[in-house]
Amino acid sequence: MNDYAKAKSNVREVRFDEFSSSGSLIKATEQAHKRNYKDFLIVDVDSHHYESESYNEIFKYIENPVIRRQALESASRGGRSSMLGGSVGYQDIGGRITRHWLRKHEKTEGPQHRDITTTLRWMDAMGVDYACLFPTPMLFLGTHPQVEIEVAMARAYNSWLCETILEHEPRIISMLYLPFNDPEATYQIVKDFGHRKGVKGFMVTAPRYKPVHDNAYMKTYRLLEEMGLPISFHAAYNWNDQSLQLTNRFIGVHALGFMWFNMVHMTNWVVNGLPERFPKLKVMWIESGLTWAYSLMQRLDHSYKMRTSDCPSLKRKPSEYMREMYFSTQPMELPDDPTILEATFKMINAETQLVWSSDYPHWDFDLPGVIYDLPFLNEQSKRNILGANAAKLFNLDPQPVKKIPPLA
Amino acid sequence: MVVFVAKKSEFQNGDRRIVKSARGEIGVFHHEGAFYAYANTCLHSGGPACEGLLMPKVVDIIAQDLTYQGQDFDENEMHFVCPWHGWEYDIKTGQSIGDRRQYLRKYEVVERDGDVFVID
Repeated sequence: MNDYAKAKSNVREVRFDEFSSSGSLIKATEQAHKRNYKDFLIVDVDSHHYESESYNEIFKYIENPVIRRQALESASRGGRSSMLGGSVGYQDIGGRITRHWLRKHEKTEGPQHRDITTTLRWMDAMGVDYACLFPTPMLFLGTHPQVEIEVAMARAYNSWLCETILEHEPRIISMLYLPFNDPEATYQIVKDFGHRKGVKGFMVTAPRYKPVHDNAYMKTYRLLEEMGLPISFHAAYNWNDQSLQLTNRFIGVHALGFMWFNMVHMTNWVVNGLPERFPKLKVMWIESGLTWAYSLMQRLDHSYKMRTSDCPSLKRKPSEYMREMYFSTQPMELPDDPTILEATFKMINAETQLVWSSDYPHWDFDLPGVIYDLPFLNEQSKRNILGANAAKLFNLDPQPVKKIPPLA
Repeated sequence: MVVFVAKKSEFQNGDRRIVKSARGEIGVFHHEGAFYAYANTCLHSGGPACEGLLMPKVVDIIAQDLTYQGQDFDENEMHFVCPWHGWEYDIKTGQSIGDRRQYLRKYEVVERDGDVFVID
């Protein structure tokens, strides 16, 4: 190789016509090697795929023939389904998050489902052993005006996910979608799917308008408690919500919306005494960050001391119940002064209750470094939050199984 | 250390290159006739800061009566955007737009005998 060719081999161009999950995360892989993630377990409790890319497969699982026909017909025109509606928003910041529009170029081979291949690629690139996989457009399904559509999609998606993904790849797990607008169907899904391979709990999408303390849900909470499976509330926004309609930029509806519905559900959950009624039920709050919990604990405690008659089922302060729940990290706020974050960790008892999440591939994903690089945590605390806490919650083998790619 | 980037004749206006150097990767931009080079590691979470889109600064149009009249691009201030999360940097200074106290490490670019180099 002559001098020019040698010099040129150290230079590359930036391409916008190709993509690989591994390649786009090489710098995450460098971090994984530098921080020795191979030595310990990392569990991602909140990651995503785009189930809309598999609608043609999923819709075949819809049990009702009329709804199935509607769904397949709507999906046959360009892969989008008008039956399910959509959400207003521009998460990719006008195309600046390039993976959102480049990912269609990712090449996969072999009989393995594309979602398994691409998910394992980003997991290994980041150093993740197990990932809890959730859908994307379905996060907004709780506001669909037709309850029977939510039920039909929930059952179809859960069946498809179990058969196509979870049964084939042990490193991918999930907390299945609950069609919460129909309490009976919600109960039935827990009964039907609670023992399936890779099912580690159930998930309620937060934007919706049925309160969590409705008596209709009590038998489902009891069943989950008996089965030892957690219930989680996954945040999202609803820009059609009357209050959130006052925001005019995505940053506004996102910052508020992803806290708002979980704050409402948490408040109802606690003041109605559900932790006293279901003391062994594990409850997790996903993708609201952490500051909301820090704030709400103080707000509820402050009022509780004057208004115990509003919540007579409680035997302790609201914050004491909240401190026994689980919180996923992302999108983890990183204040300039780390002592503020440290106080938040203390407030929620992060040592045992905080579980790391990436939210990959969404626009505001976090790497394990958001926890691993914190100055106020010791090595054991980092490992608890990054994996050990979730391993206990999900009953996972604590031995690392990831395959971090070597660096060139 | 002098690191070869490209022959100037092959490095057109609007192009960019990523080069390996002793301290890590460097992104080199050819923008409006000038060269700019920065560390290809985002100050946010270590992403490939120089490998995203180039986008002009977005501005709110505020009229003399202080009413809002929409948005526009300011073509006089070009940003490059980290593709991982959207952190934006001023292409002429490397300043982080979201936290203007922070700058990407900047490298000097030199031209010699028709070739472009960065100094690390």
